Amino acid sequence: MNWFTKTFSSTVGRKIVMAVTGLFLCSFLVVHLIGNLQLFRNDGGEAFNLYSDFMAHNGVIRFMEIILVLGFVFHIYDALVLTRLNKAARPIGYVNSHPEENSSWSSRNMGLLGTVILVFLIIHLWNFFVPARFEANGGLERVMIEDVEYHNLYSAVVLAFQNPIYVAIYVISMIALAYHLIHGFQSAFQTLGLDHKKYTPFIQKFGVAFSILVCLGFAIIPLYFFFLV
Amino acid sequence: MAGSNPNAKPMDLTLKVWRQKDRNSAGQMVTYPVKGISPDMSFLEMMDVLNEDLLRKGEDPIAFDHDCREGICGMCSLYINGRPHGPERGTTTCQLHMRHFKDGDTITIEPWRAAAFPVHKDLVVDRSAFDRIQQAGGYVSVNTGGVPDANAIPIPKSIADKAFDAATCIGCGACVAACKNASAMLFVSAKVSQLAMLPQGQTERKTRVENMVAQMDIEGFGSCTNTGACAAECPVGISLENIDMLRREFIYAKATSESL
Repeated sequence: MNWFTKTFSSTVGRKIVMAVTGLFLCSFLVVHLIGNLQLFRNDGGEAFNLYSDFMAHNGVIRFMEIILVLGFVFHIYDALVLTRLNKAARPIGYVNSHPEENSSWSSRNMGLLGTVILVFLIIHLWNFFVPARFEANGGLERVMIEDVEYHNLYSAVVLAFQNPIYVAIYVISMIALAYHLIHGFQSAFQTLGLDHKKYTPFIQKFGVAFSILVCLGFAIIPLYFFFLV
Repeated sequence: MAGSNPNAKPMDLTLKVWRQKDRNSAGQMVTYPVKGISPDMSFLEMMDVLNEDLLRKGEDPIAFDHDCREGICGMCSLYINGRPHGPERGTTTCQLHMRHFKDGDTITIEPWRAAAFPVHKDLVVDRSAFDRIQQAGGYVSVNTGGVPDANAIPIPKSIADKAFDAATCIGCGACVAACKNASAMLFVSAKVSQLAMLPQGQTERKTRVENMVAQMDIEGFGSCTNTGACAAECPVGISLENIDMLRREFIYAKATSESL
């Protein structure tokens, strides 16, 4: 093994990969949420459909999409490798253990929370991404905006969120995501060695606020369409 | 200070203790009643009382690690009621007193659990993995000569204090026992950062962190997921800041060291 593979196959190195990809995925959440806000414009989905068309055809976005997939792949792959390693590090557990006395629930259940998010991600892609991009899973309706034909992703959103089961899945998944981020956001900075009394208290507070606000922003969308539209 | 209290009522307790014949045997929890325990006894003295009782009955006494019984050697261990070194913070098992328990309590006592700390017998685990990590780089090998005059080597007080705080690690392994991943990061980081902060440690600064982390992985400790359980349970209060420093040292070493 050369120094590069040695670095990123050590437990400390793999965590660096987890941290970098995790923070990158956080930045994706921000972009995704800002885009979603177009759903709230009272224009029958015109702005949202134009926006989703832009996201589907812009070269820079398409390139970043590949990076995004790689971000998920590395984050999930290293999580699996590390989880197996961590399980093997304690083959026999305790009969009586009180971890709640020394650590937060979310910090101990990142794998469980991540699995909920992964299942959600698959459902979410199947709902919207697969029909929009690949015309699979029923495809999308068409809509005319100023004599040009666009995919009507907006109507797919409205339709999906009439289903109470989907609404429940989305809201529960966003709660899982919030807990995942409450630990993950500040943990990522620690993993990168970015810890100092000057800015660590800010990162910790910002991380909690970020986690709650972003996930609340996402969770409001299915609730809005279910109850108000 | 809580001194000896002649009026303290002796306690009767039920102990559930992990018994295991040797490395290759399967173990199990065994229940023992103990009677007339003074609240002024240390936890280990309570174990002594139980062992004397077992010896009188011709049974095998419970094996557990201990040495100085002053909280400075790092030999005692024990996972007591679901916590390393018991329920009190900043306390080794030898300094844990029975006044923190109540008459009639049931107390579970288990060994440290980690693949890298195999159980020798009963509550005794083999912590030589820590020694091998130390041997991989937890030292200064340059000849430092005679004792220098005081303050001849300039070290700011804030750095000296932090290095000393890291140096107080007694290597007991409570961090590993507390961590859900059985990670040794708090121990390794205390050793790495202690020497990385001092001028004497600069010569081997890069190889030290590279070799100690590599040895930590070889020994089969888990990865650190920043739960903070280690620092919360550490009897001498080693801070999580050391782990962050280890990461900085690791990244710096990997980016700049000579080893390919």
